[in-house]
Amino acid sequence: MRSIDGAVLDLKRLDLLATGDSSIHRLDARAKVLTTFVFIVSVVSFNRYEFTALFPFFIYPVVIASLANLPGGYIIRKISMVIPFAFVVGMLNPLFDRALFFHLGPFAVTGGWISCASIIIRTVLTVGAAVILVAVTGFLSVCQALERLGTPRTFTVQLLFLYRYIFVLTEEGARASRARELRSCGRKGLGLASFGSLIGHLLIRTWLRAERIHMAMLARGFTGEFHSRQVSGFGWRELFYVAGWSALFVALRLENGAQWLGGLVTGLLS
Amino acid sequence: MHMADALLSPAVGATMWGVAAGTIAYSSMKVKKDLDERKIPLMGVLGAFIFAAQMINFTIPATGSSGHLGGGLLLAILLGPYAAFLTIASVLVVQSLFFADGGILALGCNIFNLGFFPAFIAYPFIYRKIVGREPSKARLTAAAIIAAVVGLQLGAFSVVLETVASGISSLPFSTFVALMQPIHLAIGIVEGVVTAAVVSFVAVARPEIIRGATESVSLGSLPLRNVFLSFLVATLLTGGVVSWFASENPDGLEWAIAKVTGSEEVTGTEDGVHSMLAGLQEKLAFLPDYSFKENAAPAEEGVAYAGEAKADETARLGTSVAGGVGALLTLVLAFFIGFILKRRQQAA
Repeated sequence: MRSIDGAVLDLKRLDLLATGDSSIHRLDARAKVLTTFVFIVSVVSFNRYEFTALFPFFIYPVVIASLANLPGGYIIRKISMVIPFAFVVGMLNPLFDRALFFHLGPFAVTGGWISCASIIIRTVLTVGAAVILVAVTGFLSVCQALERLGTPRTFTVQLLFLYRYIFVLTEEGARASRARELRSCGRKGLGLASFGSLIGHLLIRTWLRAERIHMAMLARGFTGEFHSRQVSGFGWRELFYVAGWSALFVALRLENGAQWLGGLVTGLLS
Repeated sequence: MHMADALLSPAVGATMWGVAAGTIAYSSMKVKKDLDERKIPLMGVLGAFIFAAQMINFTIPATGSSGHLGGGLLLAILLGPYAAFLTIASVLVVQSLFFADGGILALGCNIFNLGFFPAFIAYPFIYRKIVGREPSKARLTAAAIIAAVVGLQLGAFSVVLETVASGISSLPFSTFVALMQPIHLAIGIVEGVVTAAVVSFVAVARPEIIRGATESVSLGSLPLRNVFLSFLVATLLTGGVVSWFASENPDGLEWAIAKVTGSEEVTGTEDGVHSMLAGLQEKLAFLPDYSFKENAAPAEEGVAYAGEAKADETARLGTSVAGGVGALLTLVLAFFIGFILKRRQQAA
């Protein structure tokens, strides 16, 4: 189990990456949200036996991460934490799908193995796209983009509130949890009885905090929405960014780029 | 129970996005109309609370394993259905973006599976009905357990339906159901017990919170019908539009392209780069279709194939070898480009 503090630290680190300054960071958040969406839809729209055609899609996360100067090791670590889950889910495919695809030397490769591999590559690509979106945009900008793309304001205000207080409350929860662990020698006392009152206390404190926050906000003239200075617009650069990447994704979706390149090279070598 | 993008087809993902977006819009409207703006910071902070609570584990008696709170039902009890739905949805958005818990395309599915059922089914129709006005502790516990179990069973079943409809996993429907439902029965019972423990603690320590919550619930005579109606319309609309695109034989995107360009695949102009490259490729590759020659296929021993099946397999192997080599190359190429860009970035 990951420690709570570790999880919070991880969250903070991802959030801090968004404060960077690069050509990608400076783009309007809407462009990045839309491009990410086109990317994910293109990747998952392949049929289940598609494997090689997925690889050219790596160009997008790699190029963005490089242009935005993101720490590669951190991003890879973040993605690789999810791979075991994808593997567990994908592992079931070889069990149920035993149609023979081809022989690779002594190994009979079945459809199930191909679709399992495909699931893992899909996971890496889609999770990578999501992590990179947050790392180059930041949660606040993603929320603003969502609002300007038509999300109800109540919901975006909710997202901003939630995000603001995650840090406060997870730290409070971590302190409470650590205190309980220190008082419960070994495993004793970590059961449901102490959990119920621990969470209950946390809940009551949260509730009182929310009331204080509301008072403070009313005192400052809160009327149900956040105001922010609009700092970016959707200009030509954004248009080119979205259109260019989308065109590439559609092209890669229709033509197997890896197959094409591989055909060229295996042809050359023979 | 968080679904990932990798197991989802675009049609299912987009349909559920439509459903979730519709329900979010409707719930936002309701919360706004309620004009209880005290709820706005409360929703946000309680969402963060759920986050914190999910990270704290407890040991499950007699099993040695540990569990944590899910929180959907607890939010519904504290906030009422609409605000709870929005709060759960916002928690899922943050989880998908920061913890890769559930994908971005799968957000619609996850919001529906984990938000809709506890907030709009389990809470109003089960929990409220059992608990009544002045609940005893036994009644509250029973209500919480049954409501949590039903909510999670419906959610798990919905996960199965969405996964099978997407067709990426080859798990048969019956096996998947037989796997998911019992697991979520156990999770549901634990969730119900924990929810009851927290609610009854708060009811003793700060009774006004629980009492206030049960009184202010405005899921009266017909709003629920509106939820279902808007939900139905959203499903039909998005599902109809998306499946119209997606159900055609090749597949949605190709079909859409075919409609636009008038041909099944995007063909390059006859002269120009495309044909030049195609010509080059034909000269270079010893079989233009990226396959090995049939006589170059490795002879299988002990397995008798009908000629056609064998040819088919050979062709597939040929395509696969070329594809595999190409995949590796594109990967190397992608990272090489990234490396160059990074170097330039750092130099600048």
